[in-house]
Amino acid sequence: MSYISKPKIDHGGLRKNKLGLTIQDYEGGMSTLCAGCGHDSITAAICQAFFELDIPPHRVAKLSGIGCSSKTPAYFLGQSHGFNSVHGRMPSVATGTSAANRQINVIGVSGDGDSLSIGLGQFAHAMRRNINMTYLIENNGVYGLTKGQFSASADIGSKLKKGELNEQPPIDPVQMALSQGATFVARGFSGDKKQLVPLLKAAIKHNGFGLIDILSPCVTFNDHEDSTKSYAHTREFFHPAVHLDYIPPAKEIKTAYDQGEAMPIEMHDGSRVVLRKLDKGYNFENRGQALDYVRAKHRDGEIVTGLLYIDESEPDMHTINATSDTPLSELEFKRLCPGSSALKEIQKRFI
Amino acid sequence: MSVKKKSRVNDFVIRIANVNGTGSASANTLLMKSIFRMGIPVTGKNFFPSNIQGLPTWYEIRVTKDSYLARSGEVDIMVAMNAETYQKDLDEVSPGGVLIYDSSWPRDTFDHRSDIQILGVPLARMCNEHFSNARARILMKNISYVGALAALLEIDLEIIKSLLTETFASKANLIDSNMEAIKLGYDFARENFSCPLETRTKKMNKTKGHIMIDGNTAAGLGCVYAGATVGAWYPITPSTSLMDAFKFFSEKLRRNNETGERDYIMIQAEDELAAIGMVLGANWNGARSFTSTSGPGISLMSEFLGLAYYAELPAVLFDVQRVGPSTGMPTRTQQCDILSAAYASHGDTKHIILFPSNPKECFEMAKEAFDLADLFQTPVFVLTDLDIGMNDWMSEELTWDDKYTPNKGKVLNASQLEKIEKFYRYLDSDGDGVTYRTYPGIHPKGAYFVRGSGHNKFGGYTEDSAEYQEVLDRLVKKFETASNKVPKPEITKCKKKTKSAIISLGSCDYAVLEAMDELSEKGIHFDYLRLKAFPFSKEVVSFIHEYESLFIVEQNRDAQLKSLLVIETDYPKKCMHSVLNYSGLPISSGSIVNEIEKIIDKGQAA
Ligand SMILES: Cc1ncc(C[n+]2csc(CCOP(=O)(O)OP(=O)(O)O)c2C)c(N)n1
Ligand code: SF4
Ligand SMILES: [Mg+2]
Repeated sequence: MSYISKPKIDHGGLRKNKLGLTIQDYEGGMSTLCAGCGHDSITAAICQAFFELDIPPHRVAKLSGIGCSSKTPAYFLGQSHGFNSVHGRMPSVATGTSAANRQINVIGVSGDGDSLSIGLGQFAHAMRRNINMTYLIENNGVYGLTKGQFSASADIGSKLKKGELNEQPPIDPVQMALSQGATFVARGFSGDKKQLVPLLKAAIKHNGFGLIDILSPCVTFNDHEDSTKSYAHTREFFHPAVHLDYIPPAKEIKTAYDQGEAMPIEMHDGSRVVLRKLDKGYNFENRGQALDYVRAKHRDGEIVTGLLYIDESEPDMHTINATSDTPLSELEFKRLCPGSSALKEIQKRFI
Repeated sequence: MSVKKKSRVNDFVIRIANVNGTGSASANTLLMKSIFRMGIPVTGKNFFPSNIQGLPTWYEIRVTKDSYLARSGEVDIMVAMNAETYQKDLDEVSPGGVLIYDSSWPRDTFDHRSDIQILGVPLARMCNEHFSNARARILMKNISYVGALAALLEIDLEIIKSLLTETFASKANLIDSNMEAIKLGYDFARENFSCPLETRTKKMNKTKGHIMIDGNTAAGLGCVYAGATVGAWYPITPSTSLMDAFKFFSEKLRRNNETGERDYIMIQAEDELAAIGMVLGANWNGARSFTSTSGPGISLMSEFLGLAYYAELPAVLFDVQRVGPSTGMPTRTQQCDILSAAYASHGDTKHIILFPSNPKECFEMAKEAFDLADLFQTPVFVLTDLDIGMNDWMSEELTWDDKYTPNKGKVLNASQLEKIEKFYRYLDSDGDGVTYRTYPGIHPKGAYFVRGSGHNKFGGYTEDSAEYQEVLDRLVKKFETASNKVPKPEITKCKKKTKSAIISLGSCDYAVLEAMDELSEKGIHFDYLRLKAFPFSKEVVSFIHEYESLFIVEQNRDAQLKSLLVIETDYPKKCMHSVLNYSGLPISSGSIVNEIEKIIDKGQAA
């Protein structure tokens, strides 16, 4: 086991957020991942996003499946309740969490093995139900924790360290989410925190299922020359299609955007995200075209990143169910139990 | 052979053989409810195929003045409506019984049954002549045998009419056509046979304070009353109607009339793995959450159950057992998940199980299950079966104590957390094996990490042997504490002193009680302990050691309850005798009597 010190945090030090908390209040236990593992950079970005959003750490429930990636909730938000579930089944526990407590911020961390193989079904169904949560896939193309087998996200032509070649097409969670109707679809890179932190903020604020597929190189098993998920490869073929600004509630939009090139979106709590095209060919208002674009770029070997699709108007699970605003877990028993006289009445139908 | 009853009034079994999907269910319910409303104890059991239309189905109504609610094993009146099973149905009529058949088509195979009375009623012909619509002809043929039976058994026509009026409240024409069909059968029987038969009904006053209900409906309602707010499941026979009931009553009782807001959520999961994951997530957050399933679902939930046991998360699971292994006979009953529920999952795991024996207990045990799950922070199974869950049982009216409040066990709230220095999730500060928990979102000091990986008593990750074992040993202590809190067994002592006892559980109960009465008439006496829960309480353990031999009655092939007693107690195995039924049909009192007599004849037990 190796230990690394925490990555330096830009706005660290003693700066306080609106709650009077410092970034340290958003950190967790010491990471036990390999030095240089992409997952640790994502952990740092998560701390920063929650810190900057002024969310009280204990108002977050953090969940994961099994894998190196799924270990990371132990390394961020030490004052949040955490749930390290079983392999591939985090989405269901997150669904139950959200069902019981619609007011809590739910963030789930998963891996490409966890979400795209054993957990593909649960991943798809959480998306279909539009659970109000942030869902991260820390994608390294391999099973890190079981020592480097290919995962379902490995690209054709990619090689393992010992030379084994992958000849099966990958499952791309972004393409899957776009075609399946997910309401927030983004891709980031653990090596680009500037892009990742605003993506995280927007996903956290999104009312519904906020997916970010985050390329996160495994330095131990998949960072060599013949890998398409290495740092070097990702940097080279990294293709941001959309730039995103996150603007907190009650803050003015100051930057000037060209007509047709930018799209401001109002979030539930009054904050806004502004999407700006970096590639003129991209149309973020049309799901089908977004999918075509990602697919075409993938064919060219490019990795499209950014917030690729967002729809704030789709109802989440609770909206569809018309669940009471008060979390179900907080409803008083008096309100839940119909009582003895109602029971008498009900039983008339059984005579 | 079991003892033949002398009086045939209000003490007989009607079996109706039919084809599923022909509307026979409503005819059978009408017949059963009419008898119930005459004040006569009655019970109805449905033996149906795993199919939507066109396969044989049987409905058995037991009219039982002495309130023996199990199957007797006899068929006193057979209504043979299905040509395909006709021969078998004829053969199954008990000697001295009656066969009623549709004589629209000639049958000539009665010769070998000179010991029974055979009555032909041209149901199809009469209905074809009377009704013009093709579908109505099929449906009304079924209703018209109710009419014939009403004449033969002297069932009150007025009661039938008022039941029909309630059922079709808004469709007057349906009331009329149904009554016409009833009259066709009724008049034919009156004109052609000497009515009533010796076997017949007579008004009593023994159903007051009772209802007719199935266990799934009662359990679903019980979940509403227990304050459950999150139900997650994947459809599977015979458990589906439990969730349907939860939804039905929640919509009625938990939905704000003005805003339409729901104080509950039901999630149809993508599979049972997801269903139990959702239940755990919701319980982790302090909502009462449950799932209902059957054997195959329990198999799929196993991995998560180990996590729940080890990380100590409450959950309530209704397992409405059906015939296994594998898909088995999914519409038939068994008690075949006893062992798989008790030890579900990998590693050293054990679970609390409740064994209701009738719908009323399904209702009551729902709240007990939630209380135990919260108290001991662990999954609790309610093990019912298809017989309890889907059949129509006469039950005492359900009652509710308005003073009840849920016992959520050891949960620290925000102000308690504020006062303590540091919170440790798995620290046994009271010495009962039960530790304190917190809900997410309440207080920063309450945070802890739920994990299925090795953890120490502080909740931290560990791979240290001693730390790991310390937690595992505490879980044993917790289970021991639970054994004192689970429902006590029900003990029935016979009047004579005896060295033998029957041990049984669940839906065997009524059959056992009836068998005991029959056996004692023959001079064979037993005391009886009905288990209501696992782990076995000290009452169970001290009871069994008072007897030289135990007769363990259960409905599976491998004597799973016996195995559980062998594993969990030190009662000598050689003194345990199994009485088994794994036919898929509910156990009958007659079969218990026969099996016990066989064991005694062989000299295996005194
Ligand atoms: C039911 C089950 N099967 C297999 C495993 C073994 N296992 C642990 S982690 C893992 C793969 C994790 O891969 P990924 O989600 O990509 O995470 P990474 O380690 O790459 O971050 C596997 C197969 C398990 N824990 N549970
Ligand atoms: S094995 Fe790979 S994924 Fe796992 S910690 Fe090491 S670098 Fe990260
Ligand atoms: Mg991986």
